[in-house]
Amino acid sequence: MNAISKKLKQFEMERGMPAAEIGLKEARIGYAHVSFSLVALLIGGLCGLLQTMVRTGTIPEIAGIGYYELLTAHGLMLAIVFTTLFIYGLLYAFLAQSFGRFESFPSRLAWLGFWFMLLGVLLVTWMVLAGEASVLYTFYAPLKAHPVFYIGLVIFVIGTWIGSAAMFRMYADYKREHKNVHPPLQAYMSIMTVLLWDVATLGVAATILFQLLPLSLGWTDKVGIELSRTLFWYFGHPLVYFWLLPAYIVWYTVIPKIVKGKIFSDALARMSFLLFLLFSFPVGFHHQLLEPGISAFWKYVQVVLTFLVIIPSLMTAFSMFATFELAGRRLGAKGLFGWVKKMPYRDVRFLAPFIGMLFFIPAGAGGVINASHQLNIVVHNTLWVTGHFHITVGAAVALTFFGSAYWLVPVLRGRTLTPAIQRLGIWQTMAWTVGMLFMSTAMHISGLLGNPRRTGPAKYFQDSIVADWIPYHTAMAIGGTILFISIILFLVAMYKLSFTAPRGTEEFPVAETEEAAMDTPMFFENWKLWIFVTFALIAFAYTVPIWHMIENAPPGAPGWRLW
Amino acid sequence: MHIHKLEKVWLIFGVAMLAVFLTIIGVSAFASGNQPPSDATLIDPTKVDQTKPFDKPGLTKIDDGVYEAVMVSQAFQFTPGDMEVPKGATINFLVTSKDVVHGFQIVKTNVNMMVVPGHINSMSYTFKEAGEYLIVCNEYCGNGHHMMATKIKVVDSE
Repeated sequence: MNAISKKLKQFEMERGMPAAEIGLKEARIGYAHVSFSLVALLIGGLCGLLQTMVRTGTIPEIAGIGYYELLTAHGLMLAIVFTTLFIYGLLYAFLAQSFGRFESFPSRLAWLGFWFMLLGVLLVTWMVLAGEASVLYTFYAPLKAHPVFYIGLVIFVIGTWIGSAAMFRMYADYKREHKNVHPPLQAYMSIMTVLLWDVATLGVAATILFQLLPLSLGWTDKVGIELSRTLFWYFGHPLVYFWLLPAYIVWYTVIPKIVKGKIFSDALARMSFLLFLLFSFPVGFHHQLLEPGISAFWKYVQVVLTFLVIIPSLMTAFSMFATFELAGRRLGAKGLFGWVKKMPYRDVRFLAPFIGMLFFIPAGAGGVINASHQLNIVVHNTLWVTGHFHITVGAAVALTFFGSAYWLVPVLRGRTLTPAIQRLGIWQTMAWTVGMLFMSTAMHISGLLGNPRRTGPAKYFQDSIVADWIPYHTAMAIGGTILFISIILFLVAMYKLSFTAPRGTEEFPVAETEEAAMDTPMFFENWKLWIFVTFALIAFAYTVPIWHMIENAPPGAPGWRLW
Repeated sequence: MHIHKLEKVWLIFGVAMLAVFLTIIGVSAFASGNQPPSDATLIDPTKVDQTKPFDKPGLTKIDDGVYEAVMVSQAFQFTPGDMEVPKGATINFLVTSKDVVHGFQIVKTNVNMMVVPGHINSMSYTFKEAGEYLIVCNEYCGNGHHMMATKIKVVDSE
């Protein structure tokens, strides 16, 4: 972070000490988060596998753990714990790479945040496994879980806030020491990601602290459901960008290095992240299109804003393929698609994120369908939606995280990625791809046939339509099995990279920017302005409808425990 | 800030497409009235049984070929149960919940809405084909959620 710490890092590198790419202390922080995320991946993946088995009727419920407990654990472990912990580990690594040594204060904050997250997850998991919180990972009011479940969630979120405070502090320190210089691109993007998370979690924290926890504790006996759902979805949609942005950081800054190319444009990369911050929030109603109590006009306003958040993804798609083509041409590729042959498909660090990008093409199109006002009615709450986010977070994001782990874990552990582990990684990636194609295709199609999501083994009076769904359930179980095998292969690779791979210095891939790219304007560092605009857009999209919800609130609804 | 010429073309094309999509769904919503179910009517969720018209849930003929189905969702059933209408009938569904949030989806149709305690939600649908239609709850409501369903029989009128 300063001259001394740079020298220290230099010294460490010369001595060939482990984790030479980043400092040992920094590596420990990153590795704690990443290894925690791997445990969540194992548990969450196992629950997912069992779910597909219970739904096909292959196995009955196990040890009294019902379908909805499995479903709750699957969602929480994968969508919340695996993603968030892996993201924090990855971002700490990016900041260590960008800034060098962490000062002692932000380091202590990072560890404090970690322990909070761990405690929160333990409390939540305990409640779910004890059957006290089968409320799924969306915990919609007025379902009433045990108070400890909500307290665990609050502690987890506080942990993430403490961790983000550590990152903000590092960024501010760097800026103070480097006037009129852009902090490195990875650092900028990392800060944007946690800022987005912090602003988003304000909504879910509000509904837990002021509505769900008091109801669960018995301090209040009624809850305003539409308000709670609106606060939840104010959080729920930016949440998906919180998953996506770290994958985009890898796509923008790491992948170009691996394909022997360069970052297409530093300024446009920053611009796309800035647009994500601005447009991620005022869009939550597109999850509530079929709900009473919200006017169709404000739903449409948020649909329009939802479409704006597609623009930075279009920019990202352009940058990726521009990077690939330029890299391919440098390597001697000819013609429009000559670059396709020049990509390093045998390198898992490239292959897994690249397949993730390919998944994201239909996933993005599906997202446009889901958000399209009237069209939503065809797919809402059907398995189509589940299929949608199995190819977004479950493929585009997960594959990018898997591919990154193959360099991140050895960097953090001072070990090297061997050719044997590379091959294992390729197999693991192929297994994930095949498994996810089975699972997500079956979900999308049976969703269009009306098969509801989040539903246990249903018979529905032996209706003929139910028979039509059965082959798709089988395909989901086959996909789930292959996906679980992929998780096992991944964890074997991660174990080797953590404990048995040869010691050495694994490359931390960070690309440079194209020389032809123009300078980055300083307005990107005007944080006060961008945070103001973010909240102004939130106020625009939400003030009137929330005011309407409170003014015209129905008599409150009591809480229920129906499991 | 410099933007590559091809990127400009790509973004202009992309944004133009988004504008076309938004115009289509906007015209459909505001000119043709194809809005998602957004009923603003309120009800006390603890007094559903005493509140008209939900004190007498059921299917009523209100005009030639037009019916009103007043329905109550609760864990884990719809009231009334099996209903029957002649082919070509239009049903106006009025639905509310006595406990938690439920879904109301008629499989093979575009009837799909959220049923939220404290609110009444509504949709209309014309059943042009005879047959049995399955109504399912598509929002998790508890451990009997997958058993929550009923049927509408649409019969050939004589």
